[in-house]
This record gives sequence, C-alpha cells and structure tokens, in this order.
Amino acid sequence: MAATLSPPRLLPSGDSAVTVEFSRTIDDIANQRVLALDKALAASPIKGIAETVPTYRSLLVHYDPGLIGFDALGDELLALASQPLRPATKARRWRVPVAYGGEHGIDLEDVAKTLGTTPDDIVARHSGGDYKVAMIGFTPGWSYLSGLDKFLHMSRRQSPRLLTPAGTISIGGVQAGIQCLAAPSGWHLLGRTPVRTYQLHRNPTFLTEPGDRVTFFAIDHKTFEEMDRAAEAGEIVAEQVDA
Amino acid sequence: MSRLVVASIGPASSVQDGGRLGAQRYGLTVSGAMDRLSLAAANTLVGNEPFAAAIEIGPFGASFTAREGAVRLGIAGAPRNADVAGHPVAMDTSITLKDGETLTLGFARGGAFTYLAIEGAIKGEPVFGSLAVNARAGLGSPYPRPLQAGDAFTVDAASGASELRIELPKPAAGPIRVLLGPQDDEFDEANKALFLDSEWKISATSDRMGYRLEGPAIKHLHGHNIVSDGTVNGSIQVPGNGAPIALMMDRGTSGGYPKIATVITADIGRLAQTSAGTAFHFKAVSMAEAQDEARKFAQAIRSLPDRLRSSDTVALNIAALSDANVAGYAVSAVDAGTWQVTAEP
Repeated sequence: MAATLSPPRLLPSGDSAVTVEFSRTIDDIANQRVLALDKALAASPIKGIAETVPTYRSLLVHYDPGLIGFDALGDELLALASQPLRPATKARRWRVPVAYGGEHGIDLEDVAKTLGTTPDDIVARHSGGDYKVAMIGFTPGWSYLSGLDKFLHMSRRQSPRLLTPAGTISIGGVQAGIQCLAAPSGWHLLGRTPVRTYQLHRNPTFLTEPGDRVTFFAIDHKTFEEMDRAAEAGEIVAEQVDA
Repeated sequence: MSRLVVASIGPASSVQDGGRLGAQRYGLTVSGAMDRLSLAAANTLVGNEPFAAAIEIGPFGASFTAREGAVRLGIAGAPRNADVAGHPVAMDTSITLKDGETLTLGFARGGAFTYLAIEGAIKGEPVFGSLAVNARAGLGSPYPRPLQAGDAFTVDAASGASELRIELPKPAAGPIRVLLGPQDDEFDEANKALFLDSEWKISATSDRMGYRLEGPAIKHLHGHNIVSDGTVNGSIQVPGNGAPIALMMDRGTSGGYPKIATVITADIGRLAQTSAGTAFHFKAVSMAEAQDEARKFAQAIRSLPDRLRSSDTVALNIAALSDANVAGYAVSAVDAGTWQVTAEP
C-alpha cells in the first residue's frame, strides 16, 4: 500500500505556516492521510511546530521560523506523510440528537421536493448515515462531516442566508454539518441539535475532534426543548459510544 | 488597586494581546493585536511582557480617566494628538495619570491602531491563554466585546517609576512584501503580474476579519471555489468578484477561495496600519528572505527593552513645544524623537 501513496504537496502559507496538501478534492483517503499525519505529529512533535489545523484535504502546520526553516520542516513532514496508513484505530462515536423539520429545519420540505421524495425519507437517510468529522472550521465548533448518503448530495442555496441558528444541522454539496454558533450559511437546514460542540466554561470546551465518528437520531420538539435547557446548563447531551 | 475608566471611545476598540493559540483546529481563530510591534512597544514602556493584554484603540478618538489612585500607561502605535489637562503627551512614551486625571487621544493621524498598555497589564480570565476579544465567539476578558464608554479596568496602582520613552526602529517603507501561494497556481502569469504590479487601496469596509483591497479584478484560472483549507494571518484570498481580501486576526480559520499570496510576518502590522484609501503595492519575496525578516522581526520585539530611554529630556521639550503652541506655531511632530530634534537646533 505504501508504494501507492503519492507524496503530498508542500505549499507555503507565508513564512510561518505550510499547507501539506494531499488532494485538491474531497477524498476520504486524503482525509485519512491528513488525520494520520496530524496524529503522528501529536505523538512525536517536531520542534518549532506551534499548532496544526486539519482540513478535508490538507494539514496546515503553523511553525516558528526562528526554530525551524521551511526546508528542514518540509523534509520531516514528507518523511512522516510517506508512512503507510495504519488500520483505523478505535474512534470516538457521538450519537447526536436532532429535531428535524418545522421551525428547526425550515428546508426539510424543499429538500424532499427537490429530491423527489418525502421529508420522512430525508430524515431516515440523514439519520441513518455513518459520518466522520473531517474538519472543524469557519467558526468555533463547526464540524464538517463526510459520509453523506449520495442521494442527499445537492448544490448549495443560490443565495446564502445571512444568519442561521445555533445548533443547525444542515447539508451542502457532498457534506453534512453540525453548526454550533449562529452564522451565515448557504447550506440546507434539516434540523437543530441541542448539542453544543463548543461551550465556554464546560469541560471539554470543544466536544468534537477531527476523526470522531458521528450518527444522528431524531427527537421530537418537546425533547429538544428539555435537552436544550440541560445543554445550556453545561450537560453534553450527545451520547458517547466507542465505535 | 486603581481603576482606569473608559470616558469615551470609538468603534473598533477592544482588549487585545498576543492572540489565542492552539484552538484553530476547532475553528477558533487567533484574534490578538493587529500591530504586534506597537502592542509590544506599549507594554515594554510600562515593564509588561511584550504581548500582555492592552487596549487596542481604533481610528477614532478616546479618553481614559484614572480613579481611586494613579495609573501608569504606555502609548504606542498609530500617531495621534494626546494630552492630559491640556499638556501634550508624546507617542511612544509612558505617562502616569494621577487620580482623577484624564488622558485624551484624538483621531489616528495615519495608521489605524494605537495601543494603550497599563502597568501590571489588564487583568481577566484567559481562555486558551488569551484575554483577546473575539466578539463572534463571545470571548475576551474583562469584556467579551468592543469597549464602550463607562467600561472600567481594575489595575495596579502606579509604581511611581520614572517615565520612559522608547526609540523604535524606523518603520520599513515601500511595498508590502508577500510570499506567493499557497494557491498561486490557481492564477495565470498575467493575473499574478496584475496582482504584483497594480496599485491597491484598502477599502473603508475593512475590519479585524479582513482588509478588502480595491484595484483591478484578479481572474482565476479554474473558478473561485476550492475545497476549504486553512488560513493564516495575512492570507490574501480572491473571491468570485476578483477583489482580493487580506485576512486579518479575526479571520475564519478555514476558507474556500484560492489564496494567491500571503503577507510576510514582518509586514502584517504595516498592512494593518495602512489607512483606508492610501495607495500601496505588493512585492513578492523569496521564502529565505521572508523567514529572515520574520526572525529579525522577532528579534526586534525581544530587544525592545534595550530601546527604552529616560523621558526627562522629552518632558522639557514638551514644555518648549507647549510654549510654541501658545505662541501660535504649528506643531506637527509625531514622536518623542522628532520633538527632541526640533527643540535642539
């Protein structure tokens, strides 16, 4: 297997960061390699690296050029990235409650209409999926998920909404997402979760990590209100199980 | 303890420090001072760590009053008129406000951000090691939002140390230096040349998230959508309309537009202090040069304490300048060094 892995591209992101790019497109193998390199760097840190930011297809490595230069760091990163992928180790799995449709998922009916099916079928397909947190970005806790049912792939809205609610569960293109804070979005809103992927003064502040597995389960709107109050008080409300 | 009360303040003013590191992987951006050298200079004047939390004052005026005791302050960054009870205060100096005295700062005259450091630093509850305000994420301490009139900081009583000025290295002039990439291959040679050869201005709609650049439209080779990847301070992304945006300290941690170039670390503060409407150019440099400049920049910050001078001579000059003002002479001097030269013919 190792021989089939092409080396990543090292793209300078200024003088204090380098983008280690495994693919230009969304690609599960590339994402696995991103997370594997991230894990390898956490296990055996390279002096001078300040922090790493995994994304779908690349790992952004922030470093201090006073401690290590671009060429020396690049050599070490390429050596680590060329190691064969190990079989996936046990990942955490989160079961995330979602109140679908109605005021919490204002696009559910339209998505069903566009895809020529019923809202129940959309909910069944979305909550039946097995997802992985491919990256977290844009705003705190915004978890981008890979593993969306192909049937649900659809282009984003023509005009993004300027504000979508905290906890929005949505789909856009080939991706699914858990949004934490209220933010603009061009994705289709299927529901809302009471789970806070980011909550100040809670331990942990951030719930999800890149590489975590995620499944969804439907809850009614009354349960949403109860869980939302519990979550506001600092409870995690998502169920954690070993994958 | 004393208190420093915000008597008046304009928008875009907030508590900032060296930034919030280590949580970009969770989508939490770094924030922190737009002009790190000036933050460090202000802090150095009052004996603080270079990246301790201080007040970042936006382009408009502001005033601060000491209460329940004296407060010692350090001022650096974008030049502005400053006075205490009608007595001018020079930029790049420390000053002690007696109980009840007010420091009044005018509009920035060139640049945008001035830093007011408080002896003993601003106190608060750090999140990911930082007090910096990130209003979107509800972070920042003691106020998780831009400052407003009436806000007050509980601070150390002034030590009574003699006042200092700091002789800063002459700021670099000329183009803002960039390294091409990470997605310069999303642009053809003609458009890369257009980016590097054109005159740019910063749009008035810019903020701590990003500086919008006004100039020619830059065309992409393969369209403007890429799969989102990580951003850094100084990433210059080109959205669909071809108008580049330089991402600043409150940027999103990831973005889906091609990034044609990245401002070098040593020049980000200079870009941050470029006023809206001022024309400037970019210039591409090599990785070796950019990293050499980054190391020199870090060294310049480390050696700031060596640049402290007694401000006694300046105090005399300020008195002379006050007389000149009274006599009706125009005083346009900006920093302590210049004033000293002016007063010693």
